[in-house]
Order: sequence, then structure tokens, then C-alpha cells
Amino acid sequence: MKNIVVIGGGPAGLEASAQLHRLGYNVILVEKSPQLGGHLAKWDRLFPSGIPAKDVLEKMVSQINGVKYFLEANVQSINLLHKSYNVILNNGITVLADAVLFTTGFDLFPAQKKEEYGYGIYEKVITNADLENWFKTKKDNRVTENPKRIGFVHCVGSRDEKAGNRYCSKVCCATAVKQACEIKQEFPDVEVFCFYMDLRMFGRGYEDMYLSAQKDYGVRFIRGRVSEVAENINKELIVKAEDTLSGKPIKVTLDLLVLMSGMQNCSEGTKVAHQLGIANAGNDGFFETKDAIYSQQHSTREGIFFAGACTGPKTLPDSLSEARAAAIEIHNYVKGIR
Amino acid sequence: MIYQGKQKIWSDYQKEIPDDHYFYVRSCIRQNLFPASEKTFLDITRNKLGKDFFETEHHTTCGGIAYHCDTIPQETSMTIIARQFALMQKYGYENYVCSCITSFGLYTETLETWREFPELEARIKENLWKTCKLEFAKPKYLAHASDIIYKYRNLIAAQAKYKLINRHTGKPLRVVEHIGCHYGKMFPSKSVGGAEYPYVLAGMIEAWGGEVIDYPERRHCCGYGFRQYHIRSNRGYSLANTYKKFESMEPYKPDMIITNCPGCPYFLDRWQYVISEMEGKTYGENGHGIPVFTYEEVAGLVMGYNPWDLGLQMHQIGPEPVLDKIGIPYDPQAKYLL
Repeated sequence: MKNIVVIGGGPAGLEASAQLHRLGYNVILVEKSPQLGGHLAKWDRLFPSGIPAKDVLEKMVSQINGVKYFLEANVQSINLLHKSYNVILNNGITVLADAVLFTTGFDLFPAQKKEEYGYGIYEKVITNADLENWFKTKKDNRVTENPKRIGFVHCVGSRDEKAGNRYCSKVCCATAVKQACEIKQEFPDVEVFCFYMDLRMFGRGYEDMYLSAQKDYGVRFIRGRVSEVAENINKELIVKAEDTLSGKPIKVTLDLLVLMSGMQNCSEGTKVAHQLGIANAGNDGFFETKDAIYSQQHSTREGIFFAGACTGPKTLPDSLSEARAAAIEIHNYVKGIR
Repeated sequence: MIYQGKQKIWSDYQKEIPDDHYFYVRSCIRQNLFPASEKTFLDITRNKLGKDFFETEHHTTCGGIAYHCDTIPQETSMTIIARQFALMQKYGYENYVCSCITSFGLYTETLETWREFPELEARIKENLWKTCKLEFAKPKYLAHASDIIYKYRNLIAAQAKYKLINRHTGKPLRVVEHIGCHYGKMFPSKSVGGAEYPYVLAGMIEAWGGEVIDYPERRHCCGYGFRQYHIRSNRGYSLANTYKKFESMEPYKPDMIITNCPGCPYFLDRWQYVISEMEGKTYGENGHGIPVFTYEEVAGLVMGYNPWDLGLQMHQIGPEPVLDKIGIPYDPQAKYLL
């Protein structure tokens, strides 16, 4: 039986592993953290319809029966031996793989790099991931009872040359709108402000969600960037921004500010890719595919494949589609079908 | 405010400051507004700490005020700066330190511009040769004088006779630190502590026993802003900026303000009188204003200099409340006897 190593146990890794297993391969899934699911495991609900992330993840995990997976495992070394890749894990396991699939996903942009927003400096500044964790657990002292005003800052570390990331992270606009509506469900009297550059509501149902945020929840969308955040003596946040539609600077006092951290390529995945010489190709830090239209699941090296957000920001459905496509491409490659 | 978060940022923005041997250039306006500050800087560095700081009467303005008021082109200011560098080279120095924040910003801007556009540097060399028959070498190190006092802050603390502590309560004095805009906002990596949470003055305050106040308008301009003041019709705007800062810091009840810019101590000091006349409002205790100091003056005070030798009688807001809190003796009768 042919061996396929899948690096990364997030949604793309789980879906690809399940598909490859069904196609009759011996799949070895390597996950660095103590649990499967990647960022999805930390998320509460999913846009646009609010499906619980837990339900989606449980379904994915239930599909990988028969797949060998290792948690808290890292690829120590990977190198080509004739036509196979010798993959050595930090737990002592060595696999001779006929193909390797990178589903290493993304890291959230470290919001503290945008110093002017005060993440890690001011207590009431949190990220989209922090808020999602609060929705899930209701445990975070930074989210207080009965807040009066809450703000969301879009494009934190995305479309930002100063932050080193020129690209759009694709999912933050929809996530912000989703979270803004959810926060209104939790605290109906709270005033919610979304500071945005453009709203990129490209997916099916996204525009409806945006319209509902305005009509049903009264979320205020302000087109302009936040310039600075400070804290007053009552530990409230003083947020300065520009309203480019009215052409005026604005200053609001908030009880909570949520930074929509964007995506950047996973640093752990990049380290492994370095060993194969496939990490440095893209200017944006994401892995470069063989071509941008026809061979999105192929790397520039034979037998190495990609799926999910390691080749650029993606929504969850996009990542799952790529995982299925990668499984077919690997199958064709192993069978010698061109 | 999470202090550890600030410490993390401060650790990212540390610069290696040479310990000794500097070519020192004065500020055009500080000599008039705070005449003893530069004298104190040289006395502390040369006589108290035994360091080599050289100055020559042949240096001129850097042209910064004219440049920022748009009355001279950039090439002119660059040629003036090139002449200063030629003087440094002539006297055998490689480390350049300037007293003025705007000079520091302009020198930094010039060096960075030359780095990006070497052809411009070549043209300035030609200009300097045509006009002055001089050649120049760029400094190996450029510092602002507050960087130097920051570097020596612990040496100064070791020689200090007084601490920034209220002798009546035993508590640290509450100090507002105001950083000149041209220090780190243009080139954060050239500053101590970065642009958003500069540490250069905070480090001095901490080393000398005081407590730093972080208030919402901490980053805001003092009100000088060159064209805000130099264009007469804009002076109301200058005053409004200063007013905004004092309204913001008022709830924190600061004991004193420390600055590192020529314009800032002047405007924060003098406009308090104007606000008092216009609004009938003062921000210090007992109808008094909040005393404003340069960092050299504060270094001199903790080291036991006579307050009147430091030129504190030149301030609009009398320093006596701070002197009384620290326990620094002074002769009221000698205040205006020079």
C-alpha cells in the first residue's frame, strides 16, 4: 500500500486524509498541536449561517477512521530518496512517503505588531480569535458585562504594506460582520462600530449577512482606518479614526476593541518547506503553486502537494474543496496518470 | 495598561548608543528659550561623567524650522547639514549628537534619503564643494541628546542627591513625558522605545524614581507644529492642541511634565498661562500650573544643581511646587538675580 504523509491536521488536512484513505492509501497525518482541527477547533460559529464549528469539526474527524495520525508531532527532516520522500518525525517515526501533502494552514497575524492599536498594552483590546474563544467558553475577563460600545477594526495586518502584508486575508470582513451580529445578540443594547477600508463580501450569503448587520442589528459601518488607540483613567478605550465618507476625523470611547487579525503563512510549515526548497517562492510568504490557474495543488517539486491556506488566505469551503482536489491530484500522481 | 506589553515593545526598539566621543550641536531656539539646558548637558557629560563632548561655534542651524515651514527646499537643508558633518569630520569625530529634536528628525531623514537615493547625496557633495569648498563624511552614529542622557540615566541616578519622590507622601512623582514628534514618529527604529510608546524619557523617569503617566492624548502634538504657530492665523489651532492635551492629562493629576524637544516645553509651559487667562483654568494644584521641564533640567535637579543655575526662573509656570515636593532647597530672593 502506498504511503501518503499529510502535514497539518486542520480542516484541509482532515478532509484530504479522509479522501485519500477512501481511495485506498495508507495516510499518515502529522499535527503539531495536541488536538486535531487547527483554528476551526478554537472557533465557535461559522459564517454566513452561524453553523457551530464544533459540528463541522466532529463530522470531519468522524471521516478519518483508519487514518494514522500523530498529535504533538513535527517533521524533523524530509528529503527525497529516489522517488519517495523520507519523512522523520520528532516522535521517532520514519515514513517513506510516495507523496507529501502540505495542509499547514495559516498563523494569525500577531496583532501586537500594529503597535498603535495597543494589543497586549491595553486590556480591552482583543483579537477576532480572542472574541471567538469568548463566544465559545464565555471565559475572558476582558469582555465585561453590559458594554456600551464595541468596535471592530478590519484589515489588521492585511492590505498593509507597513505590516509587510499587501494581500487581503479574505475572511476577516465576513468574520467581523458575523461577530458584530453575534455581539449584538449577546448584548442587544451595545453600540457596535466596524472600521473598514472596503467590505469584501464576495461569498454566497455574505451580502445578506452584511445587510442584516445594518438593518436588523444596527451595526454602524465606518469607512476609514483607526489611527490610534489609547486608554483613559477609567480603562475605557479612546479610539481615533477617520470617517472617509463624511471627511471627518472621529473619536469614540469604547469598552472593547476587536482587531480582525489577518492570515499569514504558518511559520512551522514554512520551516519544513525550507528543507525542500519550496518555501521562498511567493512574495507574500505563502507557498508558490506550480501555476496559478491549472495546477493549484501542485508544488514546484514532484510528489509535493498543497491544499488550504498555506497557498494564500481561504475560506473554509475553499480549503475543503482544495483538499478534495489535492486528494485526486495525488491519486493521479501516484498512479502515473497525467 | 499592561506594563509587560510595553516592555516587550521597548525591547524591540533599543539602539546601541556609543558611550563616548561626540560632536555636539546646539539648537537654534533652545538657547533662547531654555538657555541653561544645553550648558547643563555639557556640564553633566563632561564634568560629572567625564565624557568627551566637543562643540564648535562654527556650526549653524540645521535649517529645520525653515524646511518644515516650507520656506527652503530639501536640498538647501541637506547642504546645511552636509556642512555640519564636514565640521564633525574636521574635528575628528564620528559620533554626532544634536540638541534639537527637529534637527534629529531632519538629520535622520537626510541620511535615510541619501541611503535610498545616492545620486542625491552626490549632488549635495557637489553643492557643498561649490558653496563652501568643504567635503564631508556621514556620521557613523547619530544620536539625539536625550538618547545620551537616557544612556547615562543610571550613572546620573548613582550621583543623584534627590529622587523624583514626594517627600511628604513617600510616593513617586507622577510625571507626564512628552516626546517631540520628530524624535520617533518618522523613523521609529531610530528611537529608544519606538513611535507609539517611546521609552527615552520614561526610562529616565523610572531610573530617577518617578512614575510615568499614560494618558489618552500622550502621543498628540504639543501645539507647536511649526505651521500651526509660525503662521499667525493658525495660532488658535496651536493653542487648541495644547488645551486638548491638558484636558486629557488633567484626571491623572500630574506633578510635572518632562520633554525632549525645543518647542514642546515652551508651548506646554507658555500656553498654560494663555489658557488660564482665556478660560480661567489651571491644571496643577492650588491654582498653579503644571511645571514643565527639559530632561537636562530634571537631570540637573536630581543631581543637586541650584534650580536658578538651571534657568528655571525662565519658565512661565514656576517650578517651586515640584522643588518643594522633592525637597530641593532654593532661595526665592535669588530667583531673578543672575
